[in-house]
Amino acid sequence: MSRSRLLFGTLAGLIIVAGLIAAPFGLKPYGIYILTLWAVTTIAAIGLNLTLGYAGQVSLAQGAFVGIGAYAAALLTTKGWPLGAAYLVAGVSCFGIGWLLGYPALRVQHHYLAFVTLAFATLAYLVFRNEEWITGGIYGLSNIPRPNLFGYLLRTPRDFYYFCLANLALVSLAAWWLIRSPWGRAFVALRENPVRALSLGVDTRRYTLMAFALGAGLGGISGVLYAPLVQYIDPTPFSLLLSLNLLLMVIVGGSGYFFGPFLGAMIAVLLPEWLQAASKYYLFYYAAFVMVLLIVSPSGIIGFFERRLAAARKAAAPPVPPMAEAKVAP
Amino acid sequence: MADFIQLLVAGLATGGIYALVAIGFTLLWQTSQTINFAQGEFVMLPAFFMLTAMSVFAVPFWGAVAIGIVVSAIVLGVLFKRLLVDPMLRHGVLPLAIATMALALFLKEAVKDFYSAEAQPFPPLAAATNVSIFGAAVALQSLIVVAIAVSAVVALQLFLNRTQTGRRMQATAQNPTVARILGIPVERMIMLAFVTNAVLAALASALVTPIYLAKFSNGEYLGIAAFIAAIVGGFNQVRGAIVGGLLLGVIDNFAAAYLSAQYRAALPLVLLIVVILFRPQGLLGRVEERTV
Amino acid sequence: MTTVLEVRDLSKHFGGIHAVNSVSFDVNEGEILGIIGPNGSGKSTLFNCILGQLHPSSGEVRLDGRAVTGMRPCDLNRLGVSRTFQLLQVFPELTVRENLILAAQEHRGSMVSRLFGARDAGLSGDADRMIEFFRLAHVADEKAGALSYGQQKLLDAAMAFMAGPRLVLLDEPAGGVNLTMLANLRDRLEAINREEGATFVVIEHNMEFVMALCSRIVVLAEGRIIAEGNPADVRRDPKVMEAYLGH
Repeated sequence: MSRSRLLFGTLAGLIIVAGLIAAPFGLKPYGIYILTLWAVTTIAAIGLNLTLGYAGQVSLAQGAFVGIGAYAAALLTTKGWPLGAAYLVAGVSCFGIGWLLGYPALRVQHHYLAFVTLAFATLAYLVFRNEEWITGGIYGLSNIPRPNLFGYLLRTPRDFYYFCLANLALVSLAAWWLIRSPWGRAFVALRENPVRALSLGVDTRRYTLMAFALGAGLGGISGVLYAPLVQYIDPTPFSLLLSLNLLLMVIVGGSGYFFGPFLGAMIAVLLPEWLQAASKYYLFYYAAFVMVLLIVSPSGIIGFFERRLAAARKAAAPPVPPMAEAKVAP
Repeated sequence: MADFIQLLVAGLATGGIYALVAIGFTLLWQTSQTINFAQGEFVMLPAFFMLTAMSVFAVPFWGAVAIGIVVSAIVLGVLFKRLLVDPMLRHGVLPLAIATMALALFLKEAVKDFYSAEAQPFPPLAAATNVSIFGAAVALQSLIVVAIAVSAVVALQLFLNRTQTGRRMQATAQNPTVARILGIPVERMIMLAFVTNAVLAALASALVTPIYLAKFSNGEYLGIAAFIAAIVGGFNQVRGAIVGGLLLGVIDNFAAAYLSAQYRAALPLVLLIVVILFRPQGLLGRVEERTV
Repeated sequence: MTTVLEVRDLSKHFGGIHAVNSVSFDVNEGEILGIIGPNGSGKSTLFNCILGQLHPSSGEVRLDGRAVTGMRPCDLNRLGVSRTFQLLQVFPELTVRENLILAAQEHRGSMVSRLFGARDAGLSGDADRMIEFFRLAHVADEKAGALSYGQQKLLDAAMAFMAGPRLVLLDEPAGGVNLTMLANLRDRLEAINREEGATFVVIEHNMEFVMALCSRIVVLAEGRIIAEGNPADVRRDPKVMEAYLGH
């Protein structure tokens, strides 16, 4: 990457981060809530991006994993446990369930994971709704406390927002590390050409499974933050619609791009707010938009701009001299 | 015994409907690698075409059904293929599958926003009388549904096996590349598959909507039923879709009778997971050649 | 002489078509074996069956005496068998160096060590050596998609050799390559065979390339072996001429 691009990127990044930190001072509590919701949603989207964008698998269960995380957090914290316990329980159980679901599904046909996750998500919703003794059924669980960070209670919207932002930063760092490691290389191979990847010893099945299980785990973590954010949960938000929304936001942002989930989550969270005027029909327009976007640019918004940029750069650059094949004389 | 027969007939009725939907779904996959996640909505929508014909244009019931089928063939068959599938196919199987998910949401919201969010009554196919079979009181409605579904399936099988066009479509479904080499107009056959799917879905719509009433959210449940039926039966065979559909219908009805209402919907889902775990090729499917 | 690969009575049918019909042959250590035959004689199917890409209908494949029939390609690769493909398959979005590191990273350590260990899995040195050997130094940091076809072919071959494999199967390595590049490719393959003692099997249509490169040749026609021997003998064999001309 050229020096000027790196400089520009870093500068833009710093401005955005500064903006995110300063934002709550200019917003009312509801605005801070929306921003926090964005941060929490992005974590789930990053997870799904691993599954969809890097391993090329459709998961329709991310919403269910968020639900599992949320209920885990709600149950533990209302009984007096620290939020840290919820991270552990949610992360490990979602990762494990991801592995259990993915292993048989991927063993056979690659498109079966979509159906297995669809079935699981529907089952999970049924359990959330019916098992009153644990989930409170349709009455839900209320009075979910905000977390306690080393004795400091993160009560105010702004405090909790910074907590979630910090979580997002950590998750982003971890995801960035993953993509840059040999695993990231294996994911590119598996996405671009799984047959070739296999012939090079890349265990495509295991990497895909890992991506799915990790994605599920991140969904759980997202849920762990969602519960104290809204402080009351019931099954309604964790239906198939959530899974579909998460999928669509990863696609719209740009699946397989690092910043895709951030952009997609922003659009998905802010859209209903902006379209309050026409908001009655906003899902209809959103669905239409997604279809058109997919036809024009299946790699989402970021993909669209990346292609435009590449085309512009190619048009502006001087013609490249033919590759010096003559140099390679025997 | 009487209960058993009642449940069985009701199960076959529901199963026949599922079979119709699953067959179309399988045909789309076989001929063009299209996984249509909007299949449920394809069954939800035609009922609204029919209702519109009846309420706005005052067309009598059976005429409305016919109109609904024709409109569905055009909108959910031809337009679907031309406007969504063709542009998306070049991007691959996965993007197309996701596009159909967006389509499902689109159709659902369209009906909710522009027709009604309330469930609409839909005329039944027959009077609500019972017929006695081996001492059991079986709803006439169920029998008629079974009759129509069975006729449709039989007609389809005859078409696929006895007519030249039908055999060509089968060849296209089994191996489009070879079919092309053999001079079969593959593009036309694929379009035919899409239209067939739309017609079957519209028929299923007329059969199932009297029971569930016309509501924009019907597609969710019907879609899942179609996927389960297709996979349980064997994703690469039309016969599999039929068996899967019937089996699912029967299991569903017996589950409703003997399991708690809350978990009735869980049984088909568990069935799906079990089949994928232990017999992923489905009951009638062949183990597919490993390509990786 | 050790036998690296034994293929016994390998068959593959698709419905009524016998793409590969009871094929048996050995590959000895250090040799370059060529497999030739007219179009449709089953060469690629044979490769795919040996490499686990297809399940053979019957027959056995042994690597160093160990049964590997139908093993998954990634597991077989980790046992030391690698391949190139007829249709060029490098990873266009990765750089040349990255392609090479990818080609061997799965042989280093475990999944976990690959996540927390070095970015290059300790393979930069090996990658550089390969780049030198295949004379790709001037494009080492370019995206593989930007290379010329001939250079990509060299990269493809280099990737196959990255993990120091026991056996390499090359599927039409000379396909679509110009004369200069071809001579270069042949030279590199001979060098790697000489210096590292690498054993390979080559499927090729380019007669000159095969005859010059290979020490032994097997001829396939309609799924069966019709001739076997050194290049000079095979060339003169009437059955071989008929198989090609009768086409």
